[in-house]
Order: sequence, then structure tokens, then C-alpha cells
Amino acid sequence: MLTAFKFVMFFGLIVCALSACLARRLLISVAIFMSYSVIMSILWVVLKSPDLAITEAAVGAGVTSVLFFVTLKRIRAIGEDEKHE
Amino acid sequence: MSKIKKDYEHTFFGKLERWIAGENDVFYEDPEPMALEEREKKAGHNYLAYLEQIPDVGYSYEKAKAYHYIYRILTVLMGVFIVGTLLYVVYFLPPFGDADNPVNNEVSRRYIEKGMEETGAVNIVAGMILDYRAFDTFGESNVLFIAASAVLLLLKAGDGAKTAKSQKEIGMKEDVILQRVTFILSPMLFLFGIYVILNGHLSPGGGFSGGAIIGGSLILFRNSYGYEAIEQFFTEKTFQNCTLIALGFYCLAKSYSFFTGANHLNSHIPLGTPGDIFSAGLILPLNIAVGIVVACTMYSFYALFSKGGI
Repeated sequence: MLTAFKFVMFFGLIVCALSACLARRLLISVAIFMSYSVIMSILWVVLKSPDLAITEAAVGAGVTSVLFFVTLKRIRAIGEDEKHE
Repeated sequence: MSKIKKDYEHTFFGKLERWIAGENDVFYEDPEPMALEEREKKAGHNYLAYLEQIPDVGYSYEKAKAYHYIYRILTVLMGVFIVGTLLYVVYFLPPFGDADNPVNNEVSRRYIEKGMEETGAVNIVAGMILDYRAFDTFGESNVLFIAASAVLLLLKAGDGAKTAKSQKEIGMKEDVILQRVTFILSPMLFLFGIYVILNGHLSPGGGFSGGAIIGGSLILFRNSYGYEAIEQFFTEKTFQNCTLIALGFYCLAKSYSFFTGANHLNSHIPLGTPGDIFSAGLILPLNIAVGIVVACTMYSFYALFSKGGI
């Protein structure tokens, strides 16, 4: 059961990594990157290192994505301009 | 008299003097001020004729397209090559969790067997990173502090620049749903972060993770209630003082502990009973120091990115 779960997680990891590169819009790319971090933190728990899981969830999925969003907003890649496209 | 002065201003020393006085672009001299005016006139009157005067440098659309194509193929080839190399190296790695792996040497055995006895921490990881290898963690905290300083240098808006004071100026809207959710969630996130920091030597977690959680909740609070609300308790002064005190305390405490330990002196720091909240010697205060530094750094990153000032 755990092995099957692990393989599903690994598959999701690879799919997330590829689609984060291939996504056309930057906002979607960042969101996929966020889900990559969440899957990674679940995998850390499976690999018995909960320390890393907490850090990965807080830094990878939380703070880094927020910084990406703010940067995208600052360079006007997302926001009000998107409606005109 | 004025002609002499004007002539002097066009010599090298005259330019140097003007440059020292703070004038910009002294050494760049327009060859003919009249010519510029003429050019503008020309462009205004007949823009297409003006465009034809621009010399052809030899870039053509087809050439650029061909290069684009070649770049794409090379990128894919490069990516496949790197991925293949990495996968090939993974094939030679020792199996996961094997007893004969090179990591299972006397160092990790010592950490696992005597860690609790020597450091007093139930969580072996906390005992490792904040007792045996505390200087590494000190370096990491310093790296974070230096990163925050570099971002501050690069992104801080100057005194002359117009800084966005209210949240409307940076394009934020008052969102009722976000505010209600933050009202409930933010105190819990704060408490959870403090719990993770204070129990760093007993359960998984520690200064870095707890600090990141507190920083995340600060960012959430700032995002929903705006800059004015968070300035009530967190300003640039707070950031400076907290970071300085935390890093200074870490440095002094760990220097003392390492100095006495290296010279076989008694450091008078009680280890306590393993499992109690006040145990494990210096690990609890060091966790608090690291947590303060990380929380301040995370929040200041966000504030600098979004507003250009803490």
C-alpha cells in the first residue's frame, strides 16, 4: 500500500516538474511549483524526516510561492493587465 | 571674459571640475547641438524617410528565425544530456537504507547512541544541528541575514523616491473573506510556529521551520490587513533590533559553550532531564534566536519585494 502510494507520489512529482516548465502562463507555473513542494513534503514524511517536511511545506510551498507572486505582480506579469489580453 | 570661461569649461580640466561638482554626463558632448535639432525636425516631418537613413546592419528575419530554431534544438539536447548524466550517476549510488552504506560510520553511530546523553535533546536532529554542529547553523543564520541585507540594499526605495504608504497605492484591495480567514487563522499560525520553535528539541521542527511559519503568518496578516496594521508592532527598527540581538546572543552563547568544551572546562549549563521543556542546555534559547532571525528575514523579503521598504 505504502509502496503504491509512494509511486503515485513520485509520478505526480515528475508530472509537476515537467508541467511547471512547460506551462504557458507564469502564474500557472508558480501554482504548479507550489503543488510540487506539497508533494515533496509528503514524500519527506514517507521517508521519515518530518523536520524537512515542515520546512519544505513552510518555505517551499508558502514563502517562496508568495515571493514569486509578488515578483510577478511587480513586473506586471499578472494583475490588472491580464484582463486586456 | 565669458568666452574665456566657456572655452575653459570645454577643456579636460574644466570638465573634470564640473564632474567633481556633481554634473552628469560631462564627458559626453553632443557633437553639434544644431544637428540634433535638425534631426528631430527631420523625424517629425518625414518619419519614413528618416527611417530609411538608418543603415542596415545585416539582421534579417529569416536569419533570426533560423537561430531561434537552432537554439531550441540545442536546449533540448543539452537538457537530455544533463538528465541522462544524472540518471546514469544515480545508478551507481548505494541502495537506500542499506546497512553497508558509507554514511553509516562511527560519526552517525556516536550521534545516535550518545546524542541524547551528551546534548539532552530527544530530537536527535536538533541535537546535531544546534549542539554538535552549531557553528554551521550560525553560518546559515548569517547567510539569511546577509541575504536580507542584500535585498534591502537592492530593493529599498530611497528617501527621495515615492514610497507607497497606503495599501491602495500598491494595488491591494480590502477583501472581506481574506480578512475574516486571517482573523481566525493568523493567531493559530503564530501559536503553531511558537510551538514548533519551543519544542524543537523534543519533537520534529526547530528554529528554521518555526520561524518560517511565523514569517508566513506575518505575510498573511500583512496581505489582508495592510501595511498600517502591521506597522503597529513591526517596523524596520524592530527588524534591526531583533535580528541583531538574536545573532549576537547566538554568537556569544555558542562561543562560550565551545570555548569551555574545547578546553575541558565546566560550562555550568545544565542539561536537565531529557523530555522536559527546559532541558537540553543551550538548544532551546538557540532555537528561539534562529526562529527570530528566520521570521524577520522571511517577512522582510516579502515587504521589500512588495513595497520597497520594511
